[in-house]
Amino acid sequence: MIEIKGLRKSFHTKHRRKTTTVDAVRGIDLDVADGEIFGFLGPNGAGKTTTLRMLATLLSPDDGEATIAGVNLRTDPAEVRKRVGYVSQTGGTWEDVSAREELVLQARMYGISRSEAEQRAAAALEAFDLTEYADRKIKTYSGGQRRRVDVALGVIHGPKVVFLDEPTAGLDPQSRARMWDEVRRLRADGMTVFLTTHYLDEADALCDRIAIIDHGEIVAEGTPADLKREISGDVVTVGVNTSAAKAAEVLEGQPYIRAVEVPEDEDAVRAYVDAGETAIPQIMRTLEASGIELGTIELRRPSLDDVFLTKTGRSLRES
Amino acid sequence: MLLMLRSPIWVILGVAQPVVYLLLFAPLLRPALASLGTQSMADAYRIYVPGMLVALALAGGLYVGFNLLAEIRAGVIERARVTPISRVSLLLGRALRDVVSLIVQAIIITILSLPFGLFVRIDDLLLAYMLLGLINLTTSTLSYGIALKVGNPGVLGQVINNVAQPLMLLSGCLLPIALAPLWLQRVALWNPFGWAVKGMRALFAGNIGDPSIWQSALMLSALVLLALAWSARLFARSVR
Repeated sequence: MIEIKGLRKSFHTKHRRKTTTVDAVRGIDLDVADGEIFGFLGPNGAGKTTTLRMLATLLSPDDGEATIAGVNLRTDPAEVRKRVGYVSQTGGTWEDVSAREELVLQARMYGISRSEAEQRAAAALEAFDLTEYADRKIKTYSGGQRRRVDVALGVIHGPKVVFLDEPTAGLDPQSRARMWDEVRRLRADGMTVFLTTHYLDEADALCDRIAIIDHGEIVAEGTPADLKREISGDVVTVGVNTSAAKAAEVLEGQPYIRAVEVPEDEDAVRAYVDAGETAIPQIMRTLEASGIELGTIELRRPSLDDVFLTKTGRSLRES
Repeated sequence: MLLMLRSPIWVILGVAQPVVYLLLFAPLLRPALASLGTQSMADAYRIYVPGMLVALALAGGLYVGFNLLAEIRAGVIERARVTPISRVSLLLGRALRDVVSLIVQAIIITILSLPFGLFVRIDDLLLAYMLLGLINLTTSTLSYGIALKVGNPGVLGQVINNVAQPLMLLSGCLLPIALAPLWLQRVALWNPFGWAVKGMRALFAGNIGDPSIWQSALMLSALVLLALAWSARLFARSVR
């Protein structure tokens, strides 16, 4: 459904004769299959939103090619617009109109006749559970309702692909869970969903496949399960008060340790081991023998954060 | 359009200032314009009202940029740019709505001036409104373009003020330029809106044959096309 090759974008800002260049997106290659939920996971500033806006035809790429729903993005952006939907991070609705009016207007902007627009609006309101508030002004809506309106606006014209930029950012847990259901429903309706997120649990629970992006480049790609499986075994996180580097050094040589990572800005060491339950007492003995004081110790299965850490040397949480 | 109909208060407020001028300033004009041959209030109004309508079209148009900035902040413009709607429609739709708002205001003012003795023939009046429409379309379009270029309301305010004031002063809308010294008149010749004012006054005086009418219409048509081309291009480029 989407094929991306070598997409690039840089921003240049001039400030008092000095030009600073930010390479937001540095050559992205991606393929998204029809009917899947694809997630772009990465910290803030990684280039997720920039990539999304390029695909939604809001920004023109500096270089690279992309084909969306069979249409070449760079040569025929107008046709791309007919086949995609885009929901920005902050949404875009007037405060003083009702959801129904916005939905009808949005449908009309795609050339849908007034009567059909009204039918579609009613159906969308029903599907997104907004009928009760449908005719009240949008400024009276809660955050979760507004996001649902934003998504409804993005798909009212029945696009093949919908781009969602941080769909659950700023929502309370209930609204988040609800939004996840909405996204799954979009997939059930046959749409391909391309979303960006910086939430690990969202990428893990919602997406069929993800790409991890950092500083404008893709560092990992695959299904969440596959990526985590690459880091097999258990993760033992040892909190040492100040000597993380020394602890890492001490543990690295040990036979029962597969790999050790020290995330920046954390007073902890992550040790990747075969079996956590036998590794823990061994780790404790080793560290104590070297005179390193242990603060805390934790055992868990690998997460996408560990995938990120292995590929970039930083923890996603800290970025 | 919907929003405008929903809150007519803005349209009414827009008329408030001209009405105040009509009531409080215009009476001063009869003696002030005596050198041009005004003998009655009706004469004074015939000279003043068209000028004031041009001022309304001019200033009203130049200040619409702020609304666009608010829409950009709300994310509405970005949402519209993802749809297949042409960039020109995004621009023209808003500008034409501003023209409708202006014409409504112009009608209100004209009606309010009638008791003061103002008398215009209907066909002259319609031509006058068309001229006003052209003026407002030009200034609205320019304002949207400037707003896109400038990006923040503080700077926009400064730019618009610095553009609007000389344009208004040199157009002779409050007092006819004919009263000004020759050097000022020569500078004013470069102002297409000054020509429009002359055209409007001719229409209100019933001189449909006056050349300034079609000359200003031509000038404004060219200006409006240039403004549209410039602003539409800006709409097409990335907004954020």
